[in-house]
Amino acid sequence: MKRLSFWIKTAQAALLAIAVCFSLGATDAGSRYTDLNHRLMCTCGCAQILGECNHVGCPNSAGELSELRADIQGGASDKEILDSFVGKYGAIVLAAPTTHGFDLVAWIAPFAVFAAASLGTILLVRRWSVGKTQTAAADTSTMDPAERERHEQIRRETGDGGF
Amino acid sequence: MAAFGSFALLIALALAAYNLLAGSLALRWIATGQPAAISPERLADTARRAGIAVFIAVTAAAFALIWSVFTNDFSITYIMEHSNRALPGAYKFSALWSGQEGSLLLWAWLLGTYGFVLRLTHKTDVKLYAYAGTILAGVQVFFLAVLCFAAPPFALYQGVIPDDGNGLNPLLQYPEMVIHPPMLYLGYVGFSVPFCFALGALMMRYPGEKWIKVTRVWTMVTWLFLTAGIFLGMHWAYAVLGWGGYWGWDPVENASFMPWLTGTAFLHSVMMQEKKGMMKSWNVWLIFSTFLLTLLGTLLTRAGLVSSVHAFAQSSIGTWFVVFMGIVLAVCIFTYVLQRSHLKSEHHLESLVSRESSFLFNNLVLLTACFVILWGTLFPVISEYVVGNKVTVGAPFYNRVAIPIGIFLLLLTGVGPLLPWRAASFKSIRRNFVLPVIMFWVTAIVCLVAGVRPWQDGAIDQGNFYALVAFSVSVAVLTAIFSEFIRGAGVISRQTGKNVFEATWLLTRRNTRRYGGYIIHIGVVIVVIGLAGSAFDRNTESELALHDKMTIGPYTLECVGFTQDSNLNYNSEYALLDVYKGGKKQFQMTPEKRVYLITGQPQTMVAIHSIPSWDLYVVYEGTNPDTGQPIIKAILNPLVGWIWAGLVVLVFGTLVALVPSLSPSTASVRVPARAAPSEPALKGGHI
Repeated sequence: MKRLSFWIKTAQAALLAIAVCFSLGATDAGSRYTDLNHRLMCTCGCAQILGECNHVGCPNSAGELSELRADIQGGASDKEILDSFVGKYGAIVLAAPTTHGFDLVAWIAPFAVFAAASLGTILLVRRWSVGKTQTAAADTSTMDPAERERHEQIRRETGDGGF
Repeated sequence: MAAFGSFALLIALALAAYNLLAGSLALRWIATGQPAAISPERLADTARRAGIAVFIAVTAAAFALIWSVFTNDFSITYIMEHSNRALPGAYKFSALWSGQEGSLLLWAWLLGTYGFVLRLTHKTDVKLYAYAGTILAGVQVFFLAVLCFAAPPFALYQGVIPDDGNGLNPLLQYPEMVIHPPMLYLGYVGFSVPFCFALGALMMRYPGEKWIKVTRVWTMVTWLFLTAGIFLGMHWAYAVLGWGGYWGWDPVENASFMPWLTGTAFLHSVMMQEKKGMMKSWNVWLIFSTFLLTLLGTLLTRAGLVSSVHAFAQSSIGTWFVVFMGIVLAVCIFTYVLQRSHLKSEHHLESLVSRESSFLFNNLVLLTACFVILWGTLFPVISEYVVGNKVTVGAPFYNRVAIPIGIFLLLLTGVGPLLPWRAASFKSIRRNFVLPVIMFWVTAIVCLVAGVRPWQDGAIDQGNFYALVAFSVSVAVLTAIFSEFIRGAGVISRQTGKNVFEATWLLTRRNTRRYGGYIIHIGVVIVVIGLAGSAFDRNTESELALHDKMTIGPYTLECVGFTQDSNLNYNSEYALLDVYKGGKKQFQMTPEKRVYLITGQPQTMVAIHSIPSWDLYVVYEGTNPDTGQPIIKAILNPLVGWIWAGLVVLVFGTLVALVPSLSPSTASVRVPARAAPSEPALKGGHI
């Protein structure tokens, strides 16, 4: 109990320290322009992010960037700007899939696979450890001396965390 | 020379086919004990010798192509399309892999080289090597058939032979391009060898885990080449493409990264099989998958399945690769189903908190990362197929999905080695983890105080947030690894009276595999710190007249001149920029733009000044057509040098791990008591 209390206090102190640090200072003003030009692709076929397209003589990026600046100055929201680019150039102009329709599958699948695989692994390990506990006594009693010695050797020699 | 090269390839194909057929027949006769007209052992040996001869024949073909490049033999279409008279000598070598036919020939030659070494060292375990060599011959037959019938490198130019060739792609005329592709290919091709051993061991129901020991060096060397190849590619992209970054999540970059992830998972999980007789099926499928992913990478590059900046290499040989991958997969599944009883685990995990489970989770995360990248790479194709709408899956997707996975993996890099085998007690967890956890929080606080703000305008700033977490986890992991070194060195120091450095050296020599692994982890952490620095990139762009200045970070750049140069290969123009810091001139930079004469293609040559805290990266973007003045883009890239430094540490760690330990590791006893066959004979077998 005393040990648990120590850890709780340590965690509280750490969280407090983080909270204090978060409240220090102010943030820089974000740039919608930079953010949006990193959410769009250059359409010349160079497969680069619009804000990073720099190949010499690109026929499209300068025009698209001017269009983006004009949209921002015109007071359009992020969604309106992105929609207008999609309307003009097609969905391929967006640097990442959207979060609706079939595109949503792109975002969900990796996390779903990871969650399912993690859950499966945890359940498997738990099943193995339960099985191990139940059979441990029987194993020891029926083990011949040579086998028991080998197990002991393994226990001794791998118990130190050998890589 | 064209006829000589083509003939050499045909001979190589015939020899590889003989190796495959005679080897298979001999192994079959030996396995079934069937009486045969000739001794199966002798037949198997002729197959092995044919395999050695394949190397000689493919070497002759590769020599013929190189000779043709150097003698400007433009009667060969490939030479005409990928070289020219003015091309410098070093880049003439690059012509070998600058196009599809040449790069396939390089693949076949490297495969032949690996096969040559494998067949020469067959006495290590004659039977296992016979199986592996025969399977490798199957892979060689495929590549040589592609070279002979689908992508012949010695095809003759139709029509009047031109005086000069088209020249090499300017993007490839950079020193790293002379070594990046061969490194990458050594990695790609090298995974064929552990694949062949794994499949061969499964076919013959190889007793024990000796095949893993046999293939360990192959796998590690291959992994090292692939790692170096990937990093050299990153550095090439950074120095040549001129956008200030090094990784663009291009499908072809992804294609090289996927087998690296599965190969890394394999290198970790085989330790479970060696030490505990566990994860046997898993390991077999990991190496099968790695090999298939190397083929998929080639398919993605060549078949034009997805849009890529590597589109220059596209062609119609994708179908060949699809069919071959189908055959390989079918053989793997068939063999696995037939022999799966041989792969039963001898032990199971006992606890969720143990070294074993950390390996399991490490594999889980690596494979999830691989899935994410495969999914992102193929999603545009899937989307087009399902809803008829092609979408782009670019950096924003991977930054959101892959970076959290990467940070979790980094965390496991530190946690895993601190957990004991079998099960960890609360006491041991507290003893091992207190210091890393403290260092995690200290780093987080220091970063916050130093101005790393994980929020902007009331919303989370993704880049800064990930950077904060990455820095904190990195320091925690480094603390964990160094405390492992210090703990071990302390014991040796007390036992022997040596000082801490000598004790650390001795500790590492006594278990090179373990401590080499830790050094690799240190390298990975250093790379991650470098990657995290990208969250703080700054850039500015300006048109500079003579003596105009621009400022970025602590630097002021003053334009002190423009000049031009010319040689037989290209014309160039560049700016001379004096760089000041704190009012004092520090150095001069010369960003350059080249226009290659033969192709008319422009190319930027970036000027980079690198120090540990950042790179000053300056691009000559061209001239303003209205004013005629140069446009200069300057980028301040924090911590990029750490990425390349991390690679050096990583390579060093791998080399350490490859060196045999001074004395047998205390942790090398394996559970199975069954003896592996030691006699160099070809008796017995199960398939």
